[in-house]
Amino acid sequence: METIVFSLLNGTIYGLLLFMLSSGLTLIFSMMGVLNFAHASFYMLGAYFAYTIMGVTNFWLALFLAPILAGVIGMGVEKWGLRKVHANGHVAELLFTFGLAYLIDEIVKIIWGRVSVNYQVPDSLNFTLFTIYGSDYPAYRIFILFVAIFMLVSLWYLLKKTRVGLIIQAALSHPHMVGHLGHNVPLVFMGVFGAGCALAGLAGVIGGNYFITDPAMAVQMGPIVFVVVVVGGLGSLEGAFIAAMLIGLLQTSAVSVNASFADIFGFLGLSATSEVGSITISSLAPMLPFLLLVLILIVKPTGLMGDREV
Amino acid sequence: MKNFKRAVLAASVSVVAMASAAAADVKVAFIDPLSGPFGPSGDAAFTSYKLAFEHLNANGGLNGEQVELTGYDNKVSPKESLVQLQKAIDSGAKYIFQGNGSSVAAAIIDAVNKHNARNPGDEVLFLNYAAVTPAFTNEACSFWHFRFDAHADMKMNAITDWIGTRDDIKKVYLIGQDYIFGEAVAAAASSQLAEKTPNVEIVGNELHPLGKVKDFTPYIQKIQSSGADAVITGNWGQDMTLLVKAAADSGLKIPFLTFYGGSLGAVAALGEGSIDTLYQVSEGITNIDAGEEQNKLIEEYKERFPDYDYYYHRAFVAVDMLAAAAEKAGSTDVIPVAKALEGLTVEGAYGPVTMRAEDHQAQQNLYISTVSNDVKYGVDNIELGWKLVDNGTIEAASAEEPTTCKMERPE
Repeated sequence: METIVFSLLNGTIYGLLLFMLSSGLTLIFSMMGVLNFAHASFYMLGAYFAYTIMGVTNFWLALFLAPILAGVIGMGVEKWGLRKVHANGHVAELLFTFGLAYLIDEIVKIIWGRVSVNYQVPDSLNFTLFTIYGSDYPAYRIFILFVAIFMLVSLWYLLKKTRVGLIIQAALSHPHMVGHLGHNVPLVFMGVFGAGCALAGLAGVIGGNYFITDPAMAVQMGPIVFVVVVVGGLGSLEGAFIAAMLIGLLQTSAVSVNASFADIFGFLGLSATSEVGSITISSLAPMLPFLLLVLILIVKPTGLMGDREV
Repeated sequence: MKNFKRAVLAASVSVVAMASAAAADVKVAFIDPLSGPFGPSGDAAFTSYKLAFEHLNANGGLNGEQVELTGYDNKVSPKESLVQLQKAIDSGAKYIFQGNGSSVAAAIIDAVNKHNARNPGDEVLFLNYAAVTPAFTNEACSFWHFRFDAHADMKMNAITDWIGTRDDIKKVYLIGQDYIFGEAVAAAASSQLAEKTPNVEIVGNELHPLGKVKDFTPYIQKIQSSGADAVITGNWGQDMTLLVKAAADSGLKIPFLTFYGGSLGAVAALGEGSIDTLYQVSEGITNIDAGEEQNKLIEEYKERFPDYDYYYHRAFVAVDMLAAAAEKAGSTDVIPVAKALEGLTVEGAYGPVTMRAEDHQAQQNLYISTVSNDVKYGVDNIELGWKLVDNGTIEAASAEEPTTCKMERPE
């Protein structure tokens, strides 16, 4: 029972963080038709900006300023970079974002050093909220939960219930028509790209001190984010949400399963001492998202909720 | 014009070649992670070697020759290490230092063996200061490999003996990194506990991916629900720091018996909670009074490299031993030095260190320490530091383990 409760709690938080990251990516994809390889780099930038801003002011200011900063940089990249490259087709765009990811990686290493920085949870949130089954539960985790849910609800409201959301949705699927109606489509694109990057930055601000802030965080987070977007269906926000939660729960709950292959397939004659039989489910946890990716691509190439092929 | 460019290029290349030839007589390579999750572990050791070789050069060098130390970043990848090793050998390095990661050490031993077999007269020597998988000085031993750190079985002996003296520890949880070293630690712990303390139960034996886990909370919660009284871990670097950080966040307050609790940031992550819960086995700790000269070294290190603490004592011992061997051999050539190293004893700050000739495993005192707030030298730039536990000294003779090594020596 306690295992299930812990897995649900930790999995939900991890899943929400993943969604925060992948929502921006999937929005950008549906707009430009290109996967932004540098997306996880904005996650990293968010964490580092927050660390620096927190050093001179406080965490709460960092929570607002760092995502805005990441968003502004994202808009700059769209306006002066991607828009120019766009004329040369998708491959050029893909290569551009690929190079950008490396560039940001190196810049981060130059400015903040090659090893992790000491980005701490703020003192005001650094306490035990409650104790379940003899284990303390830090308040910061619940804080992440609330920030993520708040962001989720605002995003949903913005896209589905406001006029801005209406124009964005229209511009995503029929940019020319929206342009003829007198809306500034390039501005909409720039805004969406910036917002996507800001969301990644926000995930970095709250994920950077929950995990660790180092120059490898973008490289390590990048593949998982792509898995979320592809499993959910390219360009589908709902799909990304379902996939993020699925992967979050799957990965954290797998860690707490002690069973080995021998326990599960023992009836087939697999012995616990054999090479395959001694593999435990918990040691497979980091591999599971990619297993899911492969399975989804075989069974349903459009992803869970998507309508276009990868 | 083209010819002119070529001439300039050729001239500049020869200038570079001459400059590097004149700058140093003996080249030493340091191959370890200098970036990424294990960057601090590698860099702390690199800075220790830097200081040790500076002192050596100031005192007349290696048998009268100056030493040039170069760092190579291997990102803890065996594949990358081999590339860096080749780079080091190509630039003329004769002595190779490496320690972080037994997977890397295994690859280097293999590569050095092959290189030396193929290039007689141009041998290189591998001086391992921290990769502690027992096999390297047992079934996989090599004449070209010397180990200056106590191996996993020796350190585990210290830990299991200590558990035997504690009546309150009945259930032990093993957690480690999923590679050759983590497996060696788990195997040593299970076999030694079964032998020495049959009434102690192992309630968990877990391996997690090396350097990939960002949040250890699910593992900690598993430890909590197992009802363990103590945790044994060989984790190092970021895996050590994040493990105890998650333990602190989840309120797990049981002894952590570690090899590398001294990893940068582990004590700071636990804070006051580390007192009498975080234990480590090491070849020396700064708060054992080892005389004025050692204190001066500790203080100089801290002043030069304020991000780190004096932790890699064995790095200084290794350089001392290399210097003593070169002097004894009257040469800086690899084979005479290697032969002189065999059976050599130097007087270290925390006791004598002898390089056993049979298997090239250094024999030295081991110390079990825990964190205290009543110490002369703190770590992680806070007041807390390592302090010897009662009966925490294991003399070199009792730390010694037999070996199965059958070494092949060159003529």
